[in-house]
Amino acid sequence: MIKSKNLVETLREHAFVAGFQPAQIDRLAAMAHEVHFDRDQIIFREGDESSFFYLILSGKVALEVTALGKVLRVQTLREGEELGWSSVLGGSGGKHFQARALTAVRALAFDGARLREACEQDYAFGYTLMRRLLQVVASRLQAFRLQLLDMYSPEGPKSV
Amino acid sequence: MSAASETLPSVMVPVAMRLARVEKETHDTFTLTLESADGERPARFAPGQFSMLYVFGVGELPISISGNPEERDRLIYTVRSVGKATHALVTRAPGEAIGVRGPFGTSWPLADSRGRDIVIVAGGIGLAPLRPAIYHVLRHRGDYGRLLVLYGARSPQDLLFRKQLTAWNYVPDTQILITVDYGGLSWRGNVGVVTTLFRHIRLEPERTTALVCGPEIMMRYVVRELLVRGVSAEDIYLSMERNMKCAVGFCGHCQLGPYFVCKDGPVFPYSRLKAWMDRYEL
Ligand SMILES: Cc1cc2nc3c(=O)[nH]c(=O)nc-3n(C[C@H](O)[C@H](O)[C@H](O)COP(=O)(O)OP(=O)(O)OC[C@H]3O[C@@H](n4cnc5c(N)ncnc54)[C@H](O)[C@@H]3O)c2cc1C
Ligand code: FES
Repeated sequence: MIKSKNLVETLREHAFVAGFQPAQIDRLAAMAHEVHFDRDQIIFREGDESSFFYLILSGKVALEVTALGKVLRVQTLREGEELGWSSVLGGSGGKHFQARALTAVRALAFDGARLREACEQDYAFGYTLMRRLLQVVASRLQAFRLQLLDMYSPEGPKSV
Repeated sequence: MSAASETLPSVMVPVAMRLARVEKETHDTFTLTLESADGERPARFAPGQFSMLYVFGVGELPISISGNPEERDRLIYTVRSVGKATHALVTRAPGEAIGVRGPFGTSWPLADSRGRDIVIVAGGIGLAPLRPAIYHVLRHRGDYGRLLVLYGARSPQDLLFRKQLTAWNYVPDTQILITVDYGGLSWRGNVGVVTTLFRHIRLEPERTTALVCGPEIMMRYVVRELLVRGVSAEDIYLSMERNMKCAVGFCGHCQLGPYFVCKDGPVFPYSRLKAWMDRYEL
C-alpha cells in the first residue's frame, strides 16, 4: 500500500492531474485509496451502480459489452488512463459497460459521491476536475465515433 | 517486337512475371510473390512505390510493393480482395503469369530522415506499403533513432504480418503497438482506434518523421494527433489512393487537387496535401 505522502507523489505523476494546482492534487489525494485487481477479475458489471472512479497506475483493463450472446471488447485502458468517469457525475443509471482486469491492475479509487461533494464545496477545484473529465469524455467520444465508422470495412467506411 | 510495344511507350507495356507463391494472411488478404519469367531481375523499387498488376482477361490495378527492397530477385505484394480485380489476383494459381508495370510513384523519405525517429502509423491494408520502409530501417538500424510502429486493424483476425510484428518488437529501440477496433474474449491486446495509441508513446516532435497509410478518414485523425503533439506538417508523410489507369501522369484519372497521385504521389508530405484533404471534412 502507498503511504499518504507517496500517494500524493503517485497522483502527481498521473496524466489525469496535468493542469491541477498542487493544493488541488493534495485535495484529490486525500480522497484516494489504492486498490488492486487480479487478472480476469470483474471490476464492475454492466448495470452496476458502482460509484468508483479509478486512475489506473499499472496494468490493463478491458471494457466489454454483451451483444447477441457474445462478449465484445470495445476498449482497453492502461496505466495513465481513467476508468469509470460516469461515477463522478452520479445518477447515470448504472454502468454501460463491464470492466475486466486483463492483467493484474493497480489503481487509485475515488468515491464519486465524495468527489461531487468536494466540487460543491470548492468551485475552483470542481471546475478543474470537471474540465479534465470533459477532456477525457470528449476524446473517448471521438475515438468511439471513429470506431463506429468501421474504417477498415471491405465496403469502406460507413456513411454517417 | 510486338505490335503493342511498337505503338505504346515502354512504361505502358506490362512485363510478364510468374506467380511463385500465394500466402494467406487473413480471411481476405493474401501475399503474392512474383518471380521473373525470363531470368531478368525486376527493376529496383523504393519503399512506398507501387506497380500496376495486370490480371489477363480481367484488368489492371495499382498495388504497393510490400516486400523487402534488398531482395532483388522477386516482387512481393499484399492484396486485400475487395472486388473483381483484387479477387481475380488473389485466386490465381502459382505458375500463372501476371503482367507487371512499374515501379511507379514517390517513396517514403527514408534517405532524408536519417538520424531521426521514425513513427509509422498504419491502418488495415495500409501496413503493406509501409512494410518495405520497416525493412529498410531495421536493416540500417544505426542510421535512425527510435522506430515506433502504431498499427490498427478491424479485429484480431484482420491483423497482417503478426509473426513479424512480434519479432520486430524485440529489436532495440523499436516499439510495435497494435490495436484492434473490436476484440473477442480471447484477445488480450489493445482495443480502440489507432489514434488511442498515441497516449502510450513518447514523441520527440522536432526529431520525428511520421509515415502514415490507411483509410483516408483514419489518416486525417492521425495527422491531427501528430500536429497536436508538435510534429510539423512537413515531417508527416501520407500515402494516398485514387483510381488509376495509366500510372504515369497521362490520363488524369488519379487527380487530387493539382496533383496526379500516380506520379506526384502516392507518398506526399502533409504540407502539400493539407488544402486538398481538408476539402473533404467530415
Ligand atoms: C497507389 C495505390 C496502391 C495500392 N496498394 C494496394 C495494396 O498494396 N494492396 C491492396 O489490397 N490494395 C491496394 N490498392 C487498392 C487497390 O488498387 C484497389 O483495392 C483495387 O483497385 C480495387 O479493385 P477491384 O476491382 O478489386 O475492386 P472494385 O470492383 O473496383 O471495388 C469493389 C468494391 O471495393 C471497394 N474498394 C475498392 N477499392 C478499395 C480500397 N482501396 N479500400 C477499401 N475498399 C475499396 C469499393 O467500395 C467497391 O465497392 C492500392 C491503390 C493505389 C491507388
Ligand atoms: S493514373 Fe493516369 S494520370 Fe495518374
